[in-house]
Amino acid sequence: MTTETTTVTGAGDPRPLRLRPVVAVVERYLTLYRRLWQASVFSSFILPILFLISIGIGVGGYVGSIEGVDYLSWIVPGVLVSTAFQICVGESTYPVLGDFKWVRAYHAMRAAPVQPKDIVHGHLLYMIFRVQLSIVAFLLVVVFFGGLHSPWALATLPICALLTAAVVTPVTAFAATIESDSYFALLFRFVVIPATLFSGVFFPVEQLPVAIRPVAYASPVWHAVELSRAATLGRAPSWPIVVHIGYLLLWAVIGLLAARRAFARRLED
Amino acid sequence: MADQSLISARGLVKRFGDFTAVDGIDLEVAPGEAFGFLGPNGAGKSSTMRMIGCVSTPTAGELRILGMDPVRDGTRIRARLGVCPQLDNLDPDLSVRENLTTYARYFGVTRAEARRRADELLEFVQLSDRANGKVEPLSGGMKRRLTIARAMVNEPDLVLLDEPTTGLDPQARHLVWERLFRLKQRGTTLVLTTHYMDEAEQLCDRLVVMDGGKIVAEGSPRALIENYSTAEVVELRFSDGLDSNAQYAAKLDGIGDRVDPLPDRVLLYADDGDAAVAEVHRRGLTPASVLVRRSTLEDVFLHLTGRTLVD
Repeated sequence: MTTETTTVTGAGDPRPLRLRPVVAVVERYLTLYRRLWQASVFSSFILPILFLISIGIGVGGYVGSIEGVDYLSWIVPGVLVSTAFQICVGESTYPVLGDFKWVRAYHAMRAAPVQPKDIVHGHLLYMIFRVQLSIVAFLLVVVFFGGLHSPWALATLPICALLTAAVVTPVTAFAATIESDSYFALLFRFVVIPATLFSGVFFPVEQLPVAIRPVAYASPVWHAVELSRAATLGRAPSWPIVVHIGYLLLWAVIGLLAARRAFARRLED
Repeated sequence: MADQSLISARGLVKRFGDFTAVDGIDLEVAPGEAFGFLGPNGAGKSSTMRMIGCVSTPTAGELRILGMDPVRDGTRIRARLGVCPQLDNLDPDLSVRENLTTYARYFGVTRAEARRRADELLEFVQLSDRANGKVEPLSGGMKRRLTIARAMVNEPDLVLLDEPTTGLDPQARHLVWERLFRLKQRGTTLVLTTHYMDEAEQLCDRLVVMDGGKIVAEGSPRALIENYSTAEVVELRFSDGLDSNAQYAAKLDGIGDRVDPLPDRVLLYADDGDAAVAEVHRRGLTPASVLVRRSTLEDVFLHLTGRTLVD
């Protein structure tokens, strides 16, 4: 016997995760990815390697060592996390707005028994998969550069999964709220670029003036970089692990609620 | 009996802020019927369709789809609907077949079954040879047919088509009509909106004319013509003397049921067109051209919704 409960709001089925429609949404993304993956290889794999070579080896030659390790090893986790961050933002801006406005794929899903939150969950799961794929490829290359100093480096995978959830959900919520893609320019200028520059990717945030440091602490990227650096170098992060993880989780949960709300608003009236 | 209706609405209202898009409509759609919403732009057709499709919550009134409440059971209802929206929303980066198989998965159809149905439906809409091709290069008519095929992928009890042939060329429209007619023959219940009279006459067993959010007439195309128009219409064009067709209309007063002066011609609504023409000549008028034709839904439509352009 199946007992299905329903709510009286437009939200429908109250179960937090309805597997079948979510899997179907993920499958659509995977089918698209199978056709379009070549286009993403440069930005999500080759570009970060070029970064490592030019900055890690080139600039690293002048910097020498930092916090007791060679500069290349020091920036590996930073470049790793910032790559994950870039993929998350890239795949949650234009593609999401496009599926509302131009492709209208979300409207097509909505006409089927797929609820707005199923779409949000499916997109998030697909993004975690996408990012994990890039991180694995990145780690495989970096291990030959001698950039990983501890088996804990594998912990960067769950760390980046958590970062994905913390970044994809609020950005998706933003993309689902706006009407014009020109708002993305604001996001890139005032959020993405500062988050990349001031999150401990290329230098320790302690180098920043005290007044600017809170910007880094507020950025989920910095917390993921700290955790990843601790993992690849095999040492403790600067703050308690629980705090870093808790902060990322907070972004993920608030982001998820915001994204579900934004999708429901856009797809129902 | 209301319980057997696939769609049943009583006093259905949809408001957006101060604007009332649907203003208290009643309707019943029976299984196997081809039912049409006819009306000018902004009449409330699409808003009604969105409520029937369970993606828009009624502001007031009662609505039952497949015997269920669209607010509470929206997901379960949508599982049994096929929707062909006004704007194409195919996935341009997926192949033609993938558009169908991917969509079938949203309904929980197994992968093998999805492939089987996709091939069968592509055959049905005559796109088998494009199965592995991309969607982008397809013509408007082909995309429409693919969207109709996609709406059938869950073997729905009720198919909703919002302006299925708007923007298509005549050949493409006839092919879409022919496919929809086949669906109708198979017993599929079709609900469609259109502002093409010929489409409504071709496809609908029964239709309602909407204007300003209200239903202004209801019946079969034949019954609507009988009730709201005359059997025949005489179109007269004058090229001599008098300044305006209104002045001619005054001279024609009393011939037939109704005289409608347009800028370029005068329409005479009469059950016997030839007799009306004879009377025109008897009154000493000599129109430059005379055309006697049967009344169409267009005459009904323009009579009911007026000639003012709605933008």
